[in-house]
Amino acid sequence: MTEANTLPSGRTRIDSLEMRGITKRFPGVLASDHVDFDVQSGEVHALLGENGAGKSTLMKILYGMYRPDEGQVLLNGQPVTIASPNDSINLGIGMIHQHFMLVPTLTVAENVALGLPSSRGLLTDLDRVSKRILELAAIYGLKIDPDAYVWQLSVGQQQRVEIIKALYRGAALLILDEPTAVLTPQEVDELFVIMHQMVKDGHSLIFISHKLHEVVEISNRVTVLRDGRKIGTRPTSEITKQDLANWMVGREVSFAPDRGNVECGGPRLQLKNVSCGSDRGTPGLRGVSLDVCSGEILGIAGVSGNGQRELAEVISGLRKSTDGQVILEGQEITGLSPAEITDRMLSYIPEERMRDGMIKDFSIAENMILREHEKKPYSRSGFLNLGEISRHADELIAQFHVKTPSRDTMAKNLSGGNIQKVVLAREIFRTPRAIIAAQPTRGLDIGATEYVRDQLLEQRRKGVAVMLISEDLDEILALSDRIAVLYEGRVMDIVPRDEATPARLGLLMAGVHPEEGAPVVK
Amino acid sequence: MISELFSVTVLIGILASGIRLATPYLYAAIGETFGQKSGVLNLGVEGQMLLGSFVAFYVALTTGNLWLGLLAAMLVGAIMGLAMAYVTVNLHAQQGISGIGFYLFGLGMSELLFQRFMGTVETVKGFPKLYFPGLSDIPGIGEIFFNQNILVYGAYLLVPLAWFVLNKTTLGLKIRAVGENPDAADSLGVSVARIRYFTIILGGTLSGIAGASLSIALLNVFQQGMTSGLGFIAVALVYFGAWRPVGVLGGALLFSLVNSLQLWIQVLGIPIPSDIAVMMPYVLTILVLVATVSRVRAPSALTKPFERGD
Repeated sequence: MTEANTLPSGRTRIDSLEMRGITKRFPGVLASDHVDFDVQSGEVHALLGENGAGKSTLMKILYGMYRPDEGQVLLNGQPVTIASPNDSINLGIGMIHQHFMLVPTLTVAENVALGLPSSRGLLTDLDRVSKRILELAAIYGLKIDPDAYVWQLSVGQQQRVEIIKALYRGAALLILDEPTAVLTPQEVDELFVIMHQMVKDGHSLIFISHKLHEVVEISNRVTVLRDGRKIGTRPTSEITKQDLANWMVGREVSFAPDRGNVECGGPRLQLKNVSCGSDRGTPGLRGVSLDVCSGEILGIAGVSGNGQRELAEVISGLRKSTDGQVILEGQEITGLSPAEITDRMLSYIPEERMRDGMIKDFSIAENMILREHEKKPYSRSGFLNLGEISRHADELIAQFHVKTPSRDTMAKNLSGGNIQKVVLAREIFRTPRAIIAAQPTRGLDIGATEYVRDQLLEQRRKGVAVMLISEDLDEILALSDRIAVLYEGRVMDIVPRDEATPARLGLLMAGVHPEEGAPVVK
Repeated sequence: MISELFSVTVLIGILASGIRLATPYLYAAIGETFGQKSGVLNLGVEGQMLLGSFVAFYVALTTGNLWLGLLAAMLVGAIMGLAMAYVTVNLHAQQGISGIGFYLFGLGMSELLFQRFMGTVETVKGFPKLYFPGLSDIPGIGEIFFNQNILVYGAYLLVPLAWFVLNKTTLGLKIRAVGENPDAADSLGVSVARIRYFTIILGGTLSGIAGASLSIALLNVFQQGMTSGLGFIAVALVYFGAWRPVGVLGGALLFSLVNSLQLWIQVLGIPIPSDIAVMMPYVLTILVLVATVSRVRAPSALTKPFERGD
């Protein structure tokens, strides 16, 4: 073994990995259709595609979670069989899953040791594991405390634990499945530094994402998948974001949605010093004051868990406030029931669309009248007007381009994008005065995302007051007129769109006021 | 009258029988702890105990061999555990409901077998008290701690053993991981199904011993429904003990001491209605559960069937 093909972790590097003609059929779906994909030592190869394009299927095949129906995998030119995650781990392939595969109640060292043979036989050897973790952490510049419990760590730190876990198992090739989805901009930068270091040392990285600017920034090559087929592979330097987006969606995509100029009316939805608790019993909101004007989109930025959920629930009446006032069109709605708030024409697009926005086992037609089912024309003296409900459903399905076999299809059988269209249709059709949209595009692909954003902008044009709660900074920046940043239940600052930059918002999201002499990065 | 309770002899008696009566709680609750730590709620403990109790008694009665009886109880508990594991792990059953099913099965089956093979209540000579030269003769202490049968000592030994297995071995690490985040364990090559089979079968085996401890070590009779809710209290003890063997020990002692107290109250004829006295351990169960309900978090995957998803 020469110095050149050994990684700093001591593991032999993987010079090349090639997937050839990979085909995977699920009942009724061709999830992967003769896809070729390869990655070399020392490169980041981005895998780009919409939801359902086959990225995950391909990677699950590589990681041994699915067996392909056709095709083969070659490692350094030699065919290999990968029948389980254990096989891929033994071959030096590691995967950082989008939803971290960590046990929160265990320590970092315990998480790393889990499933591995111990040097002490039946007994654990956590002291040795910790020592090795610190060695690896030093080599790769990952700060980590082996004795910390995972639940104590930030999301960025948990991701580092995942990376250490893979390195500890000797990963020479790492699959990173949407690793930036949960990170703040600063944490993304830190991750990219780590990725650059790993690539320089000879690791191979596969980077799955649908955020184009990240793909352009970090990858050497990019492969686009659509509908289970490979559209193409190009060196990143030779392709533009616009091309990539068009490849992904299969048609021309507009990036900067046309915001147009809208005259802001007076404040329509106001919060005055609102406080409330959270599910954990800790304060959820601590004295939040905000105005949303008619014809305005107010973006609410922040790292997940800083009061966004509580904010949406307090306004829509799902959560009781402990202090302060919520005012809609000059009338106080604090403490009213959700039904009463609905009657005052406030619409709510909830974050968990499957849990809070839908009844999974109801038909689309039924889901579309959930809010108004007690009102004419959908019901009369307690009896549902089924004819009117069907007509209404057909109208909305056509108007909002919901892809569904019929209005009687169960909501649970729709894709995420179509479910969100049903929710949007229900919430928008009633011509609300204000809309609270919580993470409205999370998990949606580019096409559906574009549609949802256009609809929100359309509402803004109609003079509706829109509050957009999103953890996606790009979305906040693309849609908002003003941006409020939540941190630990407080509004850190409210920044006009023109003055907002990812760096500034990122600092606010981390609880730092740039003005207050905090270390502003470069 | 009440003052009789506080005489030295009675206090020693209460403590000695308190220590002894904790035995079935300990076996059953430690077994249940393993199951719950791996994410499986087994409400069938009571049924496993009843059947174990009968089988141990019947085998001991017919063969005259107590160890054979104990072994038979373990085997029956293990088989019921195996069935429970199949239903929960492979068939993804609702654990609360299937557990009650297993309870009812154990209840009915033990009664049926009792009617078919015995019909009348008989007694056996159970595991004898061990004698420790010197120690057993110490006044008070000797009677409380060094005058018990082997199953009692086994139950107490189980506590540090369970702690050690759960916290110091790779198996324990796997059990805890499977109960908290089975997806994570699965992604690292840990077989969730195998771990859960192991813990449920272990739990069944220990429940079998718990039943046997009643019929061939403590009471030395078998009667229909003789566990009278003890298996359910054992499940509650796991919550009370916050899924830690030491906590379970504390809970088991608390309950057995209260039980022992109420027995002595009846024996001494203290004018508290016996119905009230008998009720004490059960009322305590409810009070303790209400008081401890939000103190600690249960294993996250408790009662959730595992299916490899995406």
